[in-house]
Amino acid sequence: MTGAVLVDCAHISCAYDSSRVLQDVHVTIHQGDFVGVVGPSGSGKTTLLKAILGSIKPVEGHVTKKPQLRMGYVPQVESVDWGFPVTVLEVMVMSRRQGVRLPRITEQEREEAQLVLTRLGLAGLENRHIRELSGGQQQRVFVARALFHKPELLVLDEPTSGVDVRTRHEVLHLLADLHDEGVSIVLTTHDLNGLAAHLPRLVCLNKEVIADGAPLEVLTPHVLERTYGAPMEVLQHGGMPIVLDRAGEDVARRLGEMS
Amino acid sequence: MFTVIASLTEPFGYSFFRNGLMVATLAGALCGVLGVFVVLRGMSYIGHGLSHAVFGGAAASAVMKLNYFVGAGIWGVLSGVIIGRITRRRLIGADAAIGVVTTASFASGLALLNRYGQAKKSIEAVLFGSVLGVGRSDIIAVALVGILTVGIIVGLYRQFVFATFDPEVAQVSGVRVAVIEAVLMGLLSLTILVTMRVIGTLLISALLVIPASIARMLTNSFAKMLWISPIIGAVSAFVGMNLAYHIDTSASATIILMGTAIFIVVYAVTGVRGRARIGHVHV
Repeated sequence: MTGAVLVDCAHISCAYDSSRVLQDVHVTIHQGDFVGVVGPSGSGKTTLLKAILGSIKPVEGHVTKKPQLRMGYVPQVESVDWGFPVTVLEVMVMSRRQGVRLPRITEQEREEAQLVLTRLGLAGLENRHIRELSGGQQQRVFVARALFHKPELLVLDEPTSGVDVRTRHEVLHLLADLHDEGVSIVLTTHDLNGLAAHLPRLVCLNKEVIADGAPLEVLTPHVLERTYGAPMEVLQHGGMPIVLDRAGEDVARRLGEMS
Repeated sequence: MFTVIASLTEPFGYSFFRNGLMVATLAGALCGVLGVFVVLRGMSYIGHGLSHAVFGGAAASAVMKLNYFVGAGIWGVLSGVIIGRITRRRLIGADAAIGVVTTASFASGLALLNRYGQAKKSIEAVLFGSVLGVGRSDIIAVALVGILTVGIIVGLYRQFVFATFDPEVAQVSGVRVAVIEAVLMGLLSLTILVTMRVIGTLLISALLVIPASIARMLTNSFAKMLWISPIIGAVSAFVGMNLAYHIDTSASATIILMGTAIFIVVYAVTGVRGRARIGHVHV
């Protein structure tokens, strides 16, 4: 069943200077959605997230949001300055401004933060510097900051980029739990097999929307070739699609012939 | 013993020294506070550039017999606006725009003083700073800018931290990052304006960078940096000024060397951990 519309990107086009990054993109996010946006580098995935968040304005079309929509944003961990002098608790409360008149962290904020940190398995780490955490813990701190606002829509940019398999599982399970609790989620990812294939809905993007639907419907050789511009094969295992990169096979064959 | 104490307290008998010491100590603390944002945002070049831009205004004020604060202030704001306009056209980067505008401003100031001013004396005073001629108005100006700076940073603390740490997410979360940056630039310009006559154009950026870098080596907390850095700035200025009197050296140079000495000691004492922290500071 489809929930109420949270964000409607109605035929939007976005550009940096004169270069178009998105062209006539129409994507609607409903309450209860868990959407993955996939596509090659430079396909406009992050730009679509920024349009949803309102940090860039489309040059054509418009983005309509549910009034007073609470959104939480988790940036790519690669973009974070890990040397910045902040603790886990300071990262969480820096986004809380309502009613704040002094730098001091209030007892109520501390308690609320503890609840979120415990929920994400980060209890006891609140006074640690962010660089002292493991990859999975670092990713979860930024999810915690976003959750501190009690968001209806959680927006994540490449949440599993640059993390190991174990951390990827942790992040995926965490997001699934949050979704079960009623948080709607939109994320971008490069990881077709490890993340995208597990999601209920995928948007294949390459400047325009190539396909929008369940993984089994959209992860097809035809759609993937149009999205990535390279031939790919799709197998099925346990009812889930598995994408094989045929360019990799060519390279393996050539190397095999040489040896 | 009595002779040593008498020698140490001797300069306090001169009003010019007391005034200079007061302004320098307040300036050290003020630069220490703003320096935290300067080093963590990688803006040390802007601090350097702004001081050079303000020099042009100071020279024009002297030649036109205008109030120094008014003339140099207007000149500094105009330089900032021109840098912004050039950068918006995206043909050249902000660093190049700062380089062109501020060095042109600096060169204009030199030329004006050469042509119309009492060149050598005025140029040396503005370039290297001078405690001579520091009056009550200078103390009041530095104190007012200090109160304004502390008030704004305490009142908008979280916005400042958020916009410094993660401007993109801060923007999405409702922080008006452009306004915060403009306020920071305004405070930086005011600070340079009111402290330049004592510290000098060439060395003011060091007072913005050194105490904050030392504080970064000593702590992993932004909030603690905000009080450690001004203490180090104020101590460097206080001790440096006294030392300058006794060994007969330039006050501003001695203040900066004092800060540098503290930097070297802290760098050595904090070892690998401190060096790792400073490695992430954008100076």
